Amino acid sequence: MLSVRDLDLYYGDAQALAGVSLDVPAGELVALVGANGAGKSSLIRAIAGMELPRAGTIRFRDQDVTGKDSHTTANLGIGQVAEGRQVFPSLTVEDNLEVGALLPRARRKMKATMQEVFALFPRLAERRRQTAGTMSGGEQQMLAIGRCLMGLPDLIMLDEPSLGLAPLVVSELLRTIRLLNEGKGISILLVEQNVAASLKLAKHAYVLENGRIVMQGRGEDLLHDDRVRQAYLGL
Amino acid sequence: MPALPYVANAVISGTLTGIVYGLMALGLSAIFGVVRQVNFAHGELMTLAMYGAVGAFQGLALDPFLTMIAAAMVFGVFGYVLQRGFLNRFIHRPEHLRMLLMIALAIIIGNGLLLAFGPDARSVQTSYQLDSFELGPLLVDKVRVYAAIAAVVATALLAAFFRLTLTGKAIRACADNPIGARVAGLPVAHLYAVTFGLGAASVAVAGCAMVQLIDVTPGLGPGYTLLAFVIVIVGGLGSMVGALLGGLAIGVSEALAGLLITPSAKSMVSFGLLVVLLLVRPQGLMGPGRR
Ligand SMILES: Nc1ncnc2c1ncn2[C@@H]1O[C@H](COP(=O)(O)OP(=O)(O)OP(=O)(O)O)[C@@H](O)[C@H]1O
Ligand SMILES: [Mg+2]
Repeated sequence: MLSVRDLDLYYGDAQALAGVSLDVPAGELVALVGANGAGKSSLIRAIAGMELPRAGTIRFRDQDVTGKDSHTTANLGIGQVAEGRQVFPSLTVEDNLEVGALLPRARRKMKATMQEVFALFPRLAERRRQTAGTMSGGEQQMLAIGRCLMGLPDLIMLDEPSLGLAPLVVSELLRTIRLLNEGKGISILLVEQNVAASLKLAKHAYVLENGRIVMQGRGEDLLHDDRVRQAYLGL
Repeated sequence: MPALPYVANAVISGTLTGIVYGLMALGLSAIFGVVRQVNFAHGELMTLAMYGAVGAFQGLALDPFLTMIAAAMVFGVFGYVLQRGFLNRFIHRPEHLRMLLMIALAIIIGNGLLLAFGPDARSVQTSYQLDSFELGPLLVDKVRVYAAIAAVVATALLAAFFRLTLTGKAIRACADNPIGARVAGLPVAHLYAVTFGLGAASVAVAGCAMVQLIDVTPGLGPGYTLLAFVIVIVGGLGSMVGALLGGLAIGVSEALAGLLITPSAKSMVSFGLLVVLLLVRPQGLMGPGRR
């Protein structure tokens, strides 16, 4: 579904990604772990077309999407739940969701998709007329996911969705992510600070260090790998 | 101290003019709020529309209030194309370059007008130009009433567009969180262009209304750009309601200054108002973030 090859990304002279290659097969949940500043968000933004890579290719469903803008990638089915949620704080919940369907692929199905989102997150239905900025962190994260679903993505890239959420909310969130993957068949690329949980969820996982993929394998195997345990699980 | 009816007259005419000012400033405010670009050519666009109205009146005997509709469409398309085909390329350039670019645009339009029409003042003389409505002791110019009505209608249409249509909501989303707009895959280039088109259309409507209230000269632009800017700051950056209130505040204070002090004190008073407001309420009448 998604395949990234030899991706190099720079901010000015500083290299953020060096020769990154990564695959997300259709219907799978792939985890990407790495320390602060490793380049996880940069990779997601590059795939979404929000940063321009200097070298390498990004292919999605047999189309070259390298350097395409985020409207184009979103319309091909690459959805994104960004770091820091990035909802529209002064718009209502309903308007946030509607705007998420402003893609040729999703616009006509807007009403039906919104009902699905409300079924998934009843809390959003209750708060539909409330402005997003007045909601709790957990509710805003639901909204960010809901807005992404409004675009009818085939792949969702989630960047630290559980950051700043209470433990109970986090486990609910992880259940939702699993449901999207297993229930709705959406492919997922998951970046989670909650490394143990994301490795348990993931079929395949990658470890990113200083802009390079240094390890990859089955989520289960990485979970029991000594290096991973030491560096990311504090064991 | 002038008699009360004079003061009331000044307040009414200032209010009516202020509504037109508000519409003009609304265009600047929208472009700034969404595209993050100060349209230094705003006054020049208005002047261009005023010449359009004069030309349509002299050449085709078209009433400026009819020209207004065509002008809104022509300027809307022009604004869209200008942003989409040209200004969007500079979005990621440094602030000062973008500023210079808009100033260059303003000077080109201003000089072009001077070249095309010469320095003399022009005006439109409709049959009802000098008529007024009499309300007891009050005399209200008809053209001013019509101008204000046109501005109210245009403003209401604009507000409805931003509130009710999906494109309008998406434009508000861009202003609210530009990164979020890209995360959600919004067609940002298109939305910026629509915004500039709407801003240009509003200032064109304002111009067609203004041409009945004042004479037009090629050098009118910079003063009105500045005025629009003052109104937006007084009203509160990013607030549509604020731009309207700011327009009213400036319109009324100008009219009262003209009556109570001397007509040439108009600008002194409106800028004085700006300074005072910046001191006591830096965020403007409607504060930041509200719209
Ligand atoms: N917009 C930017 N401009 C310049 N440098 C940046 C920018 N964004 C990220 N960087 C740098 O690129 C490197 C990778 O950052 P990135 O945000 O991708 O890491 P990350 O793995 O997502 O980290 P975190 O866990 O803190 O979110 C860091 O050194 C960071 O300082
Ligand atoms: Mg990050």
